[in-house]
This record gives sequence, structure tokens and C-alpha cells, in this order.
Amino acid sequence: MSSKNRESLIMQALICFGLSFSTAAAPPQVGDPLPILSNHRLEGTLPSTTGKVVLVDFWASWCGPCRKAFPELETLHQTYRAKGLVVIGVSVDDKKSDMDKFLASHPVHFSVVRDAGKSLVGKLQPTTMPTSYLVDHQGNIRFVHQGFRGEKSVEELTQEIETLLKELP
Amino acid sequence: MNAFIKWTLFALLLSAGGCATVPPWERGITARFSMRPDRDPLSEMMYEHIYFTREAASGGRGIGGGGCGCN
Repeated sequence: MSSKNRESLIMQALICFGLSFSTAAAPPQVGDPLPILSNHRLEGTLPSTTGKVVLVDFWASWCGPCRKAFPELETLHQTYRAKGLVVIGVSVDDKKSDMDKFLASHPVHFSVVRDAGKSLVGKLQPTTMPTSYLVDHQGNIRFVHQGFRGEKSVEELTQEIETLLKELP
Repeated sequence: MNAFIKWTLFALLLSAGGCATVPPWERGITARFSMRPDRDPLSEMMYEHIYFTREAASGGRGIGGGGCGCN
């Protein structure tokens, strides 16, 4: 094998090696529009979000911090729904029965849907569970909360929700 | 040497396909209680004892005593 052919082979191999680590398209970041929820075949009924501030929370019944966050999300829902906040819990449980069992023991009044096909969560690619996306009335992601840290997270969420609610026309 | 480079690259490519990261939303199975290494207290105690008696030349895992396997 000539040195030219060898170099060519090495380059091709390195390109293949690099491509093998390549990932899907980059997930939406802060400032980007939230993907259209109805395009992702979510199980359950999606509420109307037009012109509202939306809190989309990815959770699972097997996730401890998600379980702790649930009552706080309910409180936020009860406090701010009249002012224009819509809370949507997106379950990523593999089994619907796991989600239903959890909801039976932790009833909430905000909308809960299940991303059975992992389509929406695959698009947003949260780096931890739970992850909450706060979306303004124009449909743009404004804040992202990774994980749930009790009071600290609640305070941050409250402050951010109030900021976004003030922007409502 | 050429063959060495070729086979090394081939092995590299093969191994690259074996790397995978489980995304956070697909860790339901690993979150199960049965996946915990300390799920069985009796088994855990026995493993600790064996580890302690075999490896505990300097006191084991925080337990006093030597590595004689006396206890």
C-alpha cells in the first residue's frame, strides 16, 4: 500500500469514527420556540396554550425528585392558573400503569400527558430528570430548570413565572 | 505495519459502535430497587464479611480488626 493510499484509508477511518459519535440535531435552547406539543402524539389531553405562560415538566414515577416536585407544581398551578399559567406534566414512564398508579396516589389538577413514543423528550433532550421548561406567551423557551432542589427551585420557578406573567398582553 | 494500522483502525471502529449513553428519561429500569447493589441486607452483610476477611489488612471497610478472618 502506498503512503497516499494509507493516508486516505486513515482519513476515511477517522471520519467514520467521528461520525459514529455524532448525535441527532441539537435540542432547542433558551430563546428557541418550544416544539409544537400536538405534533408528538402525546397520550392524554393537551390544554390550550395559546397566549399563555406554559410550564412543561418532564417527570417519571421512578424518579424521586420528580415525585417531590409534583405537589409544588400543583401549588403553582393552583396559584397562577387564573393569571395565565398552564402547567403540563409530561410523563416518560414506559408503562401507562406506572403513571396511573402514581397519579392515583398523588392526584393533581394540572394536565398530565404521557410521551409514550419518547418523541417530545427525544426532541428536547433534557439532561436530567425532572426538567422543566418555562415558555412565554409567544411560545419561546425562556427558562429551563434541571432537577428539583426543593425550596430553591420553587422560589426560582415562582419568580420566573411572575416575570413571564407580567409580559402577558 | 500496514496490516497493523488497518486492524487497529478496524478494532477502533468496532469498539466505537459499542459506546452508548442511556439518556436520563430511559433510566426507569436502572432506577428499580432490584438494580441496587445493597437491595439484600443479608447478602450485603455476607459479601462485606468475605471482603473484610480477605482484603482487610488495614481494617477493612471501617471495621476494626485485622485480616485474619477470625470473625
